[in-house]
Amino acid sequence: MKEKEQIKEILLELCSSQKLGVLGTHQGGQPYGSLVAFAATSDLKNLVFATTRATRKFANLQSDPRVFMALDNRSNRVADFRKAVAATALGRAREVRGKEREKLAKMYLAKHPHLKEFVTSPTCALVKIRVDVYYLVWRFQNVLEWKVK
Amino acid sequence: MQDIKTEDRSLVGGKGFALAVMARGGLRVPPTLCITLDAYLEFVTTTGIRETILLELGRKSFEDMRWEEIWDTSLRIRNAFLQSPFSEGLRGRLIPPLEAMFSGKAVAVRSSAPGEDSARTSFAGLHESYIHIRGIDSILEHIRLVWASLWSDRALLYRKELGLDVQKSAMAVVIQEMISGERSGVAFGRNPLDPAQAVIEAVYGLNQALVDGTVEPDRWILKRDTGDVISYHEAKREKILAYTPGGVRLELLPSELGGKPPLEPAEIGEVFGLTRKAETIFGSPQDMEWTYRRNLLFTLQSRPITTGSSEPGDTRRWYLTLHRSFENLQGLRRKIEEELIPRMVAEAGEMAQFSLALLSDQELAGEIERRLKIGEKWDEQYKEYCIPFAHGMRLFGQIYNDRVKPENPFEFMDLLGGADMISVKRNRLLETLVRQVRRNPRLAESLRSGRREGIDPGFQKALDSFLAEFADQSWSQARFDRNPKALFTLLLNMALREPPRKGSARRGQKALEKKYFSRFEEDQKEFAAELLNLGRASYRLRDDDNIYLGKIQAQIVAAVEEGKKRLQRQGWFSPAQAEGQDVARALRNPRYRFKKGSIPGMKPEKELAGIRSRQLVGQPASSGIAAGKARVILRAEDLFSFQPGEILVCDAIEPNMTFVVPLAAGIVERRGGMLIHGAIIAREYGIPCVTGIPDATSLIPDGTRVTVDGFLGIVIIGETALPGK
Repeated sequence: MKEKEQIKEILLELCSSQKLGVLGTHQGGQPYGSLVAFAATSDLKNLVFATTRATRKFANLQSDPRVFMALDNRSNRVADFRKAVAATALGRAREVRGKEREKLAKMYLAKHPHLKEFVTSPTCALVKIRVDVYYLVWRFQNVLEWKVK
Repeated sequence: MQDIKTEDRSLVGGKGFALAVMARGGLRVPPTLCITLDAYLEFVTTTGIRETILLELGRKSFEDMRWEEIWDTSLRIRNAFLQSPFSEGLRGRLIPPLEAMFSGKAVAVRSSAPGEDSARTSFAGLHESYIHIRGIDSILEHIRLVWASLWSDRALLYRKELGLDVQKSAMAVVIQEMISGERSGVAFGRNPLDPAQAVIEAVYGLNQALVDGTVEPDRWILKRDTGDVISYHEAKREKILAYTPGGVRLELLPSELGGKPPLEPAEIGEVFGLTRKAETIFGSPQDMEWTYRRNLLFTLQSRPITTGSSEPGDTRRWYLTLHRSFENLQGLRRKIEEELIPRMVAEAGEMAQFSLALLSDQELAGEIERRLKIGEKWDEQYKEYCIPFAHGMRLFGQIYNDRVKPENPFEFMDLLGGADMISVKRNRLLETLVRQVRRNPRLAESLRSGRREGIDPGFQKALDSFLAEFADQSWSQARFDRNPKALFTLLLNMALREPPRKGSARRGQKALEKKYFSRFEEDQKEFAAELLNLGRASYRLRDDDNIYLGKIQAQIVAAVEEGKKRLQRQGWFSPAQAEGQDVARALRNPRYRFKKGSIPGMKPEKELAGIRSRQLVGQPASSGIAAGKARVILRAEDLFSFQPGEILVCDAIEPNMTFVVPLAAGIVERRGGMLIHGAIIAREYGIPCVTGIPDATSLIPDGTRVTVDGFLGIVIIGETALPGK
């Protein structure tokens, strides 16, 4: 199947074309969703986003690092059912610091230069999701799984 | 210039197009190059500045933004332009033609926005132009500044009329060889006040001084059809804006020119001829700028005449007048320091001498009214002189940013801070009292119980000298001397907290100062020092003049309080919040009925069916992060029971209430801006502060836990964990 070989390319395209994704966290079993500006490393093994530490999503992932990130390229038209691609990444999130933060912040700001003030604030955490698995959905019902690890 | 065709109009902007048309029509214009809109669009796209602008403008609704916040916003956008370098591609296309045309020459870099000079709308002066720019790098830098001025505070005020749109708006730039004329002026082909007339105004030296009102021009009113002079107004010619090797400078006009009009009769005819010619070319009467260099007449720009009538109640024109030149600001400073403040002190002192108790009721009523009038008079003076002088900080900030190019557009505030403001001096004196309370448990106990015996003479003496200087400070009805118990509570509370942190403002100030001066050439250093001095005075007086105003206010309060006391003694029901006017009337007329007054200050709104604010976004006004219990200040009395470590939430911090600031762990204020009192004092003490949160006092419930993020300008209400954890 052509798409199977192309899963990485489709995901790369999705990650570079889309600026925002939905982050899923939970607290005591209660799921919680947040729209965040994200960036992916070129090997797709890591997704990165920024948040202030006083937010609910940050408190949630501190108490349980298991999260998801949902990405898609829908245009809110009927054609989406045929054309839109959606992906869900499952993984573990943690705040990065030091050299790793510097490196990832550079990559993140290359995609979102206007967030510089936000990302460089001492109150802002840069969070890395180490992706375990991607689920890619296209043409309405076709689903592919890619275990990254 | 010669390549510009009619269809290029939208690409080169109004100014660029008009120059091209004039050059073709045979008028003498300086050598000119146009940088089209495409360059702007490419720049904001590749640098990500477009998103930055969207973020900045999306912070809060424009309707909720005060003038000062709009200035802050545009300063941030301006800095984003200054901080973003040109791409190699853009540099490669811009530099060769600039070098070919202007190598070694001084140029003017002017804004040329599409539609800016059209007949329907005239917004002259909303965008920036820079004169006497030399060298390619400097020209490139000023192109960015002109681009940034598409989002100047003035342009943002007129955003609707300009149709400003982050996605679509763009700016062309005109680069012109500098023609340093010996005599310059403006000319109106038709007098906006009388269609049968034309007007010519002229000054010695450069035009900018005339346009910004620094130098008064000679003025001729002419017959529009014949060019005959109808009337002539001779100016008091004293100054000249001249071009010197060190830049443009306002100088004394040489005495031999002082007695001579800038234009000879024949030249008046020549300038008038220019307006006729331009009217023929453009098809409508023109508003023109011209200059004579070595007796050759150059046209600098031309635009259609518009009648800029503004809607009644439109305060924007007043806001625009707040932009003042360096010279104008120096004049304001002298007026405030040498005239207004001494008079305020004298007037407050004269009122304080008065024995109110000796007056009859009728006389007291008269005295109250007299004081209210004095208060009104000073409010007007404040608006006329003190508010515009605050622009001194802004002017300094802009020049600092241009020279130093700091990453943080508000770094200049650290250089202005630490000025010896009266409120800081007052707080220092309070701190010496607090130190004694902290060291001496017996004294603390006496203050707590209100007993006199434990109060040692040293403390009493310090207390007396504090009260002698600051007792009459008033914020609304709060006075230090009216209620000693309240002052003692404040001192006890202040003693509970750690000794104050050293303000961050002073740290590194010397280094900043050095950095600032290093960016000026040797012969400009004097100007740099004068500018810094002016900025500091503006920063300090911004606070101080309110303290002096408070002294006047305190005398009004004293008379009104005396009146209320008498009314109460006579068995009147006297509402505590009654206005002075009512008290005076009641003293005169025993049958006077008080209207039911509303209590000032906002009451916290009730939670609406489970809806509440959880995170609010304002402006980061002093960096740091703090969490604590919100103490919402609605009226003056709330101040005295302020507990250390609480978060101060209020509508606006007045200099007269800043004595509680050192107690606060963080500050949240409805009024927005980086240069407001609350922000200034917060930075002096290094306390995290967020300003510009609309309805802060009603959205934040008193006593709830809040987190103040002074880095990002965010206030988080409540605990961060989900309920049920």
